[in-house]
Amino acid sequence: MSVMSGADHLHIVTSDDISSSRIRLGKALIWGSAALLAAVGLAQTAQVMGWRDFGFQTWRPTLYAYCLWATALCWAQVIIRGEQGKRTLFVLPAALFVVSLTVFPLLFGLVIAFSSWNLSSPDGRQFNGMANLVQMWNDPFYWNAMGNMIWYVLAILVEYTIAFGLALLLNAQIRARKFFRVAFLLPLMLSPVAVSWMVGKSMLEARFGPLARLARWLGWDNPSFFGSPEMAKFTIMVMDAWTFIPFMMIMLLAGLQAIPKELTEASRVDGAKGWRSFWEVTFPLMLPVSITAILIRIIFKLKLADIVINVTSGGPGGATDTVTSFIFREYRDRSNVGYGTMLAMVYLVLIVIFMTVLMKVAARYARPRT
Amino acid sequence: MTETAIFKDGDADRHFRAKWFANRALIYGVLILWAVICLFPIYWTITTSFKMAPNVMKGNMIPWVDYDPAWLGWRSLGLSPDTIGAESTVRDEFMKRFLNSTVTALVSSTLAVILGSLAAYGLSRFSYKFGWMKNDDISFFFLSQLILPPVVLALPFLVLYKEMALLDTRIGLILLYTLTVLPIVIWIMRDQFAGIPTELEEAAMVDGLGVWGAFFTIILPIALPGMVAAFILSLVLTWNEYFFAALLTSTHANTLPVMVASQTGSQGISWWSMAALSTAAILPLIVIGVVLERFIIKGMAAGAVK
Repeated sequence: MSVMSGADHLHIVTSDDISSSRIRLGKALIWGSAALLAAVGLAQTAQVMGWRDFGFQTWRPTLYAYCLWATALCWAQVIIRGEQGKRTLFVLPAALFVVSLTVFPLLFGLVIAFSSWNLSSPDGRQFNGMANLVQMWNDPFYWNAMGNMIWYVLAILVEYTIAFGLALLLNAQIRARKFFRVAFLLPLMLSPVAVSWMVGKSMLEARFGPLARLARWLGWDNPSFFGSPEMAKFTIMVMDAWTFIPFMMIMLLAGLQAIPKELTEASRVDGAKGWRSFWEVTFPLMLPVSITAILIRIIFKLKLADIVINVTSGGPGGATDTVTSFIFREYRDRSNVGYGTMLAMVYLVLIVIFMTVLMKVAARYARPRT
Repeated sequence: MTETAIFKDGDADRHFRAKWFANRALIYGVLILWAVICLFPIYWTITTSFKMAPNVMKGNMIPWVDYDPAWLGWRSLGLSPDTIGAESTVRDEFMKRFLNSTVTALVSSTLAVILGSLAAYGLSRFSYKFGWMKNDDISFFFLSQLILPPVVLALPFLVLYKEMALLDTRIGLILLYTLTVLPIVIWIMRDQFAGIPTELEEAAMVDGLGVWGAFFTIILPIALPGMVAAFILSLVLTWNEYFFAALLTSTHANTLPVMVASQTGSQGISWWSMAALSTAAILPLIVIGVVLERFIIKGMAAGAVK
C-alpha cells in the first residue's frame, strides 16, 4: 500500500505493508487497555457508591489505568497505521495531556459548580441546583471584583504607552544597549511574591520605606499607598505594570527591529520628521505587533492575583480585589469548593466572550491599511 | 529617534549641535531613570538582607557608608558564614523548599518543551484530522489554553488531587505547571519550525531516514536555540508560580514562593530574613536573566513578528 500525503507541507511517499494480524494486535491493545480502565473505574465507582468493597484507598488505580490506556493508544497508532501513525504520534501525546488535564477537570468543575461542597465537612457533595448562581447574583463583592478587573485591564493602555516609549529608546542609537536591555528585562524575571513583599510591603512601608521617604521629600506629608481605595488600586496597578512592562517592551522592540530600514529612510527623504514620522510610518507598521502584545497582556492581566493576595488581600474594602484573588479568599475563608467553582466558571464564560469579541475587533484593525 | 545621527557633518551650525546634545541628554536621562526604577528594588532586597533592625527602621541604604553590613538575615536561614557548617533546621527547611522549586520548575519545563515541540513540529509539517478538528483547529485548541485562568482549574484540581492522593506532591504540581506553560511553548516552537525549510527533511528522507529520524538528526539541532528560549521562559513562569502552589501544597511539596508568602512571625515581619529569603528566591532567575538574556528576548519576540 502506498500513500501519497497530498495536503501535507512535507511531501513524502510512504509504503507500508501492514498485515491484518498487526492491525488486530493494535486494536486489541487499545480495547484491552480501555476495558481495563473501564473495569477499574467501575470497581472504584462501585466502592464509592457502597455496593461492594474492593479495598481501594484512593482513585490512584484509575489514574494508572488511564495512563496505561493513553500509552497503549499512542503505541497502537504506529502498529495499526504505520507511517501515518508515526506522524500522529507527534501531536497525540500533547493533545491527550491537555484534554485529560483541562477538559475532564472542566466537566468535573461543572458538576461541582452546581453543588454545595465543604471539603472539611464529612457530608460531602450536595447538589444544590441554582443556589450558587443566586448567591453569586447577590454577591456585591464578586461584581466589585469584576468591576476592578475593568480598571486593571484599562491600565494596560498606559503600560503600552510606556513600553512603546522604552522600545523606541532601546531601538535608537545608544551606547550600552545591552546593559539597558538586561536591566529593563529583569523585573519580569522576579517572583511576584518576592516583589509584593519587598516592594509592596517593605519599600512602600509608610514609616521607613524608601518610596515613602521619597514621597515625603517630594512634599506628600503622610504617604499612605494603600490607605484610600483609589490609591490602593493605583499602587497595585503600578506594581503589576512594573513587572510586565518589559514583556510588552520586548515584543514591541522585536517589531521595531523588523521594520525595514528603507521604509523609515524613505519617509525621511519625503520630509517626515519626529512625531509625523512616528505617527504616519512607524505606528501603522507596528499596529499588528501592538495588537498581539496587548492581547497577550490582557490574557495575563486577567489572571492577576499573586500581588493582590500578598500585598492587600483585596483591601481596603475590596478595592483591589481581582476575581482570582477574591475566589482564592472565598475558598480560604469558607472552604466551599462549590461556590468558588461557580464563580470561576462564570468568570471563564465572561472571559471567553470578551476575548472573542476583542479578537474579532482586533482582526479588523490589524489588517494593513491599503 | 534616529534621525539626529545622520547630521554629524562639520558644517552643522551651533544651534543644531545644542539641540542634538539636549536630545541625547534627554534619551540617556530617561534610560537611566528607568534603569534605576528597574534595578533599585533588587538592590533594596539584596542590601536589606544584610541589615539589622535599626538600619531598616532608619532607612539606611548604602552598605559600609551609612550602616555596617551584618549577616543577620542570612543567619536566620542558616546560610551565614558562621552557621553554614552547623546543623540547622531552618536551613534544611529552606533547602527542601528550594529543591522543590527547582525540581518542579525544571521537570515541568522539560516536559512542556518535549510535548510542545513535538506537537508544534507535527502541526507545522503534517495535516491531521482528529474527528472534525483539522490542523488549524488543533492549533487553536492548544493556544486557547492560554486564556484559561488558573482559578477555573484550581478548585476542581483540588478535589481531584485529594481523591487521587496527589495533593501536596511534586508530581501534582509538575502536571499543572506543564499544562500552564504548554501553550506558550507551542506558540514559540510553531514559529521556529515554520522558519525551517521542509527541503531539509525531504533530503534526509531520500537518504533513508524516517520521519522521527529526520526530526531528531536534522531538525532538532536547528531548532535548539528556540527550544532553549521556550525552556527558559517556562522556567521563569514555573519558578515564580504561586497560586497553584499555595492552594495545592501544604507541607511536603511547598515551593519557595509559598515559603516567602508565609513568613509573618508573631512579632511582625523581620525584614532582614524576609529579604534574605526573597533574595534567594529571585537570585537564580536574575543570574539566568543576565546570562541568557538573548534567548529570553528571542523567545518572547518569536510570536510577535510575523
